[in-house]
Amino acid sequence: MTTARAAGVILAKELRLELRTRELLNATVVFGIVVVVLFSFAFDPTVAESRRYGPGLLWIAFLFAGSLMLHPSFAREQSNDTLDALRLAPISSFAILLGKMLANFIFLSVAEIILVPVFSVLYNVSLSGIVGRLILVLVLGTIGIVVTGTVFAAIVAHSRMRELMLPLLLLPILAPLLIASVEATASLFADPPALDRAWVTFLAAFDVVFMTASWLLCDFLVEE
Amino acid sequence: MKLRLAATVLVFALMLFAGYAALFIVPDERTMHEIQRIFYFHVPSWSASFSAFFIAFVANIAYLATRRQQWDSLGVSAAEVGVVACTLGLITGPLWAKPVWGVWWTWDARLTTTFILWLLYISYLLLRGLIDEPGRRATLSAVFGIFAFLDVPLVYMSNRLWRTQHPAPVIFGGEGSGLDPTMSKVLGLCMVAVFCLMILVLVDRYRLECLRRELDELRQEVESRDLDSSKGDLRGRESQTVSAKDQL
Repeated sequence: MTTARAAGVILAKELRLELRTRELLNATVVFGIVVVVLFSFAFDPTVAESRRYGPGLLWIAFLFAGSLMLHPSFAREQSNDTLDALRLAPISSFAILLGKMLANFIFLSVAEIILVPVFSVLYNVSLSGIVGRLILVLVLGTIGIVVTGTVFAAIVAHSRMRELMLPLLLLPILAPLLIASVEATASLFADPPALDRAWVTFLAAFDVVFMTASWLLCDFLVEE
Repeated sequence: MKLRLAATVLVFALMLFAGYAALFIVPDERTMHEIQRIFYFHVPSWSASFSAFFIAFVANIAYLATRRQQWDSLGVSAAEVGVVACTLGLITGPLWAKPVWGVWWTWDARLTTTFILWLLYISYLLLRGLIDEPGRRATLSAVFGIFAFLDVPLVYMSNRLWRTQHPAPVIFGGEGSGLDPTMSKVLGLCMVAVFCLMILVLVDRYRLECLRRELDELRQEVESRDLDSSKGDLRGRESQTVSAKDQL
């Protein structure tokens, strides 16, 4: 079985598992909304202020949501020792990791698709005319969160206090991604919107660096 | 043992001399005066911490490639020493910045990078404390260590693009920049002294880690022997009860 096909099978399994309960998605979306609403108490959500702080607020919400929603992707396999079964399957360990990354990418994207319009309405930030470019920034940022997050989920699956350890490991690593995605989003929210290409390139570089690292190191993550 | 004592005495003397040179030999700086003297320990502690993190990064890769425990011990020792040196840099920096810049801290590229680096290696040490099984702890923390080190240039670049205030390097700077010859000699001396201190502490910490590991192994062996002997006792008792039944 090729890696792509095997990753597809893992992805299908993850999606089926999630769609049976939808626990993770529901909790993540509600958590994101809570963060977005709480921020309105931290500063005055007038239009000018929202343009200034909005991008940061949005990405902090995504980062927190990601760091909380990603740990089950490996922890789930532990209750019935199903990771052993995956390991026994004649597929590369990168396929397992890639399948899980794709699934997490879909989950976090769904949360973002719901959260961005909510944010736009609550903070009175118009999205008309920038949707395409905003999606580009969201996709690149989400890939970065999901790639590092899935690798770290595999790492913390074997540690104690894993719910706390994942944000602790993940959030500092994502500091450059946060800067880049906030700046890129801010350049879109500006009047007139002009996407800052330097930050988009930076986001793509971040994704490539960590994707390559996880491809090189994946064997150590799923081994016995 | 003699070698270690000699090395300790030598490094101690070197540190004393470096401290003396930085305080009394170098000329006063034109604008910053006394404050500038902290520079002779701030820059060396930063480069010592960066070298220690680099050693940890190499040790992490070497561990994954060879699976030899020594590399894991070196990795954790270097990370710990690096965190200590980094903490020194983070303390001496604001002490200098307050009188010169007027603020304790600023979110400049180099400062932010060092701070994030410090956080990452503290999480590395925390992670090691929370994984119980030694083999797994070594492998997974090595993977995290590599990810953490890869992040450093990205943090630096992102902040460089964003905002920067830290004084530009004066030693290899352009025309008109540069250090007084005495200043650069003393800086070199302090670099060597702090670097030697770092290596000394690193070697000691490495030795401690090896001893700790040996102790763990011995303890496990003793425990497994205890289990074996208590099983033996049980078997002995069973045979006794059987013989008692026979007698009945």
